[in-house]
Amino acid sequence: MGTQFWVVQAFNGISYGALLFLVGSGLSLIFGVMRIVNLSHGAYFLWGGYIALSVIGATGSWALSLPVAALAVAAIGVAMERLFLRSDGFARLRTALIAVGLGVLGALALAARWGDVTGGSWAGLVMLAAACAAIAYVLLDRIPVLAVETDVLRQVLLTVGFAFLFQQAALDIWGGNNMDINPPHEMTASIVVGGLYFPLYRVFMIGMAIVIGALLWLVMEKTRMGAAVRATVDDAQMARGVGIDTNRVSMFIFALGAFLAALGGVIGGAFLGIYPGLDFEILPLAFAVVIIGGMGSLGGAAIGALAVGLADNFGKALFPEVSYFTLYAPMVLILAVKPTGLFGRE
Amino acid sequence: MRDTIKILSVVLLLVALLLVVPRSGSFVVLLATRAMCFAILAMSVDLLLGFTGLPSLGQAAYFGVGAYLTAILATRYHIGLGWDFWLVVAAGMLVGAALAALFGLFALRATGVYFLMITLALGQCVWGLAYRWNSLTGGDNGINVGSRPNFGLDLTDETTLFFLVFGFFATSLAALYVLARSPFGRSLEGIRERELRMQILGYNTWLHKYLAFVIAGAFGGLSGVLWAHINGHVSPETVVLTTSVDALLMVVLGGAGTLVGGAIGAGIVFALREYLSTLVPWWQYVLGGVYVLTILYLPTGLMGIPAQIRQFRVADGKGGRSGKVKPLASAPS
Amino acid sequence: MTEMKRVMQRTGPLLGGTLAAALSLGPSATAGAEELRIGFIAPTTGIFAQIGKDMVDGFQLYLDQHGNKLGGAEVKFIVEDEQGKPDTAVTKAKKLILQDKVHMFIGGLLASSGYAMAPVSTAEKTLYIASVPAADDLTQRQLSKYPYFIRTTWSSSQPHHPLGQWACDQGYKKVAAIAADYAFGYEVLGGFQKAFEDCGGKIIQKIWPPLGTKDFGPYIPTIKSDADAIFTLMVGPMSLQFPKQLRAAGIKKPIIGGGTSYDEFVLPFMGDEVIGDVSALMYSAALETPKNEAFVKTYRAKYGKVPSYYSEANYTTAQMIDEAIKQSGGKYPGAEQFIKTMLALKIDAVRGPVSFDDMRNPIENIYIKKVEKKKMFGYDKPELWNTVIKTYPNVSQFWTYGKEKFLAQPVYSRDFPPCKYCE
Repeated sequence: MGTQFWVVQAFNGISYGALLFLVGSGLSLIFGVMRIVNLSHGAYFLWGGYIALSVIGATGSWALSLPVAALAVAAIGVAMERLFLRSDGFARLRTALIAVGLGVLGALALAARWGDVTGGSWAGLVMLAAACAAIAYVLLDRIPVLAVETDVLRQVLLTVGFAFLFQQAALDIWGGNNMDINPPHEMTASIVVGGLYFPLYRVFMIGMAIVIGALLWLVMEKTRMGAAVRATVDDAQMARGVGIDTNRVSMFIFALGAFLAALGGVIGGAFLGIYPGLDFEILPLAFAVVIIGGMGSLGGAAIGALAVGLADNFGKALFPEVSYFTLYAPMVLILAVKPTGLFGRE
Repeated sequence: MRDTIKILSVVLLLVALLLVVPRSGSFVVLLATRAMCFAILAMSVDLLLGFTGLPSLGQAAYFGVGAYLTAILATRYHIGLGWDFWLVVAAGMLVGAALAALFGLFALRATGVYFLMITLALGQCVWGLAYRWNSLTGGDNGINVGSRPNFGLDLTDETTLFFLVFGFFATSLAALYVLARSPFGRSLEGIRERELRMQILGYNTWLHKYLAFVIAGAFGGLSGVLWAHINGHVSPETVVLTTSVDALLMVVLGGAGTLVGGAIGAGIVFALREYLSTLVPWWQYVLGGVYVLTILYLPTGLMGIPAQIRQFRVADGKGGRSGKVKPLASAPS
Repeated sequence: MTEMKRVMQRTGPLLGGTLAAALSLGPSATAGAEELRIGFIAPTTGIFAQIGKDMVDGFQLYLDQHGNKLGGAEVKFIVEDEQGKPDTAVTKAKKLILQDKVHMFIGGLLASSGYAMAPVSTAEKTLYIASVPAADDLTQRQLSKYPYFIRTTWSSSQPHHPLGQWACDQGYKKVAAIAADYAFGYEVLGGFQKAFEDCGGKIIQKIWPPLGTKDFGPYIPTIKSDADAIFTLMVGPMSLQFPKQLRAAGIKKPIIGGGTSYDEFVLPFMGDEVIGDVSALMYSAALETPKNEAFVKTYRAKYGKVPSYYSEANYTTAQMIDEAIKQSGGKYPGAEQFIKTMLALKIDAVRGPVSFDDMRNPIENIYIKKVEKKKMFGYDKPELWNTVIKTYPNVSQFWTYGKEKFLAQPVYSRDFPPCKYCE
């Protein structure tokens, strides 16, 4: 194991860490600002990849798929946040959405039991669904919905519920094949330095993480919005007191977090593939990044991502027998010693 | 008086279960057996969540060690297939408790959301070992337990097994109920409500929580022992994160802090996952929907519906629409 | 409209029906005299849903082509979702036996599901046909525990013994191996290594990335530079990433792959860098026989994709049941007699001629395949196909070793055969 080995392994670890940074930073921001443990974050990652595949399939442009997928998932994230995680404002829309969902399931169930009620046609099914939805709406509208903001556990279970729904929906929309995003041909080459091959795509991942990290830092440090975000992280109540619209901050952050996760999905899709189950594979890794680095800290996420990327790489290369243990045991230790992570604020 | 009514109605329900299920087709017997086994696990989660305010995302770990212990003893040493089944039950509870005693040292250093995270990580450690420690656990292939115990009662018969698991379930319910109503249980509730006040009153709150954690581990181990024989096969899939999440959902669905709620939740989740999936291909939407709807509309679970209706009536009378419900686990601030 | 009907058929009774059925006494199936009730267990939801779909589609295609009859008996085909979990597979197998009173149950995906369901067949004295689970010992050292069990497709090491021989015949002397770190990986690599080394080759390195690895960054730099070729065993998403990353890292050595590294489930999603890679299996969609051409065309027209070995395995399983029931006079003769009939069959299957050994595993052709980009069967676009470059006829799970000698050695594992030439 000469220098070559160490150089290549370090490079690989850093590039993997770069990908983890994209996923972890979004999760970290969402937690830091909103105190929401978002278990659908992995689903955002997966959906980013799938939407990119659809865009590539339709237009053939990989470059276009990056912003489209990220923005689309950001929109999904905002919808989820506005409708379900922050109770005020859109109560009727939420009730309507749930009612439609129930209506469709109810109609399917009725059609399955008594096929003749719909006359066996799509139009019949749609009408039946509409009728079920109307009934569901009237009933649901009478039940008060209780805010989930103050309750960590209910937030967690709510996002788990969404993660399952997203997973099944992705399966129904895109099918269950193992797919792969193919970046432009030029990016599949390698740079050769001193006889060592450095795949260009890994270089691109590192570059992308640096650019995104720098942009995030600028936004957080140099803009009004960033200042508002930092104030909200430190003390939400105080921030509200001095006139910061924490509601808008929270919406902005959720959109940003989902955006970053989806971007990670598109970029990572060419590196990990896109397939059902990827959502729950990437989730614990993202949590490892956030927990080690500290929730709500951008610098922490960067360090955490690098640490997990390198530890994972060297751990697998040098001590393959304990590769899962090396991931979770440090998480336990850090949580036990300093629950807020290495760089998290109390 | 109201307690007596509650106890009576639970006993009546149990008797009804005992009378109806064995006559309703063998697949129903099978599912009921499995649901009751998970109900024990759910109640152990409820002891932590509902009574102590500790949301554990790693309860599958104790379930897993109980199941693996049973499988390994049965296949390698032929222990636990006769009268010594009862020794394995004791051993399973002990191992579950021992593991919880170890994990508790780490887990109880964290609170709120960090407690969720650390129990998740601990659970994943056990999963990692089950998955990779091939020589002990059979790795990905898992272990076939082979034949079920026969000690006068032949557990190969599904109905006999149903009665045995029912016995364990009812006993666990009674034991946990007595525990929850004991001074120890009362002080746990005190800790859930306001830990600081209990500390000021001179309670060693850490020790109380630790004991609750260990006891929950023991019941987790018990359900694992039963699961190994019910399922006949133990694999890393038994220990995955979703098992822990399921157990938590069962409790929240039925109603935390009620014990019976966890059992009802277990029944519903099993009916959806194992039975509804035999009927329709879109059962996952129903399961996901149950999560979302429960969280939004039933924060106190099914058992909380009567109280919710009462509260709703009062609130409606005043023209207000939002109820006030205690958080299950409060956010760190 | 047809889609609509399908949804309804698949949905079955619900809600009201759920409760009624749950509490109904006895079986819901009414036993007709000539009805053959077949339970089919496959992951139709969850992360393996597409594989489950391939499995069901393969079996269903055969039923559709034969008027929903096997050997003259009307078939009641009940699909149950195992969700990719052995625990659920056990529940569903018992549901099929106890509630639907099936004559036999078929399927399961993972080796662990196979291991979990085989004892159910023993306990309930019901026939279990493993059409996909490949774990060697199911039909080797553990077979005696499962008297009501038979396998119709393959054992993990079966195609990889000939592959080892083939690699040796190509003149490869030193091979570095990288295989998924679980039982299936051990058995596949074990089979390859045994045959390759018995012929004089040397495995000089074994690398075991965990199942599910997608970033091969840690492993690729450790591959020894003096290897003549690289043996890989990948599954699912791993298969897509490994060749891509290996080539990007500048390593141009030939790749020899275990069956799942290049099967038709992953091949359509691979890039051109896999052209020229070699693998072995008992089926290739590019098999140039009239029978296979017809199968591929029909299957593709109906389901919109090239059949994978999961599809062929279950299509052929249906064909075998058809033949066995026919020989039993159109009636299910009971598990023991049925297995006897099955074992005597000589089937002309899509994959080629298939018969059985006395350990209830098929004897069949093994194809050495090379990935090529070409037009086939009249399709107008060039696509990746697994072109057959050599056929080893009538290969049994014991290869050329003979049953007694083979069974005397332990099951292939991480450490068996030992890596004598690793440093």
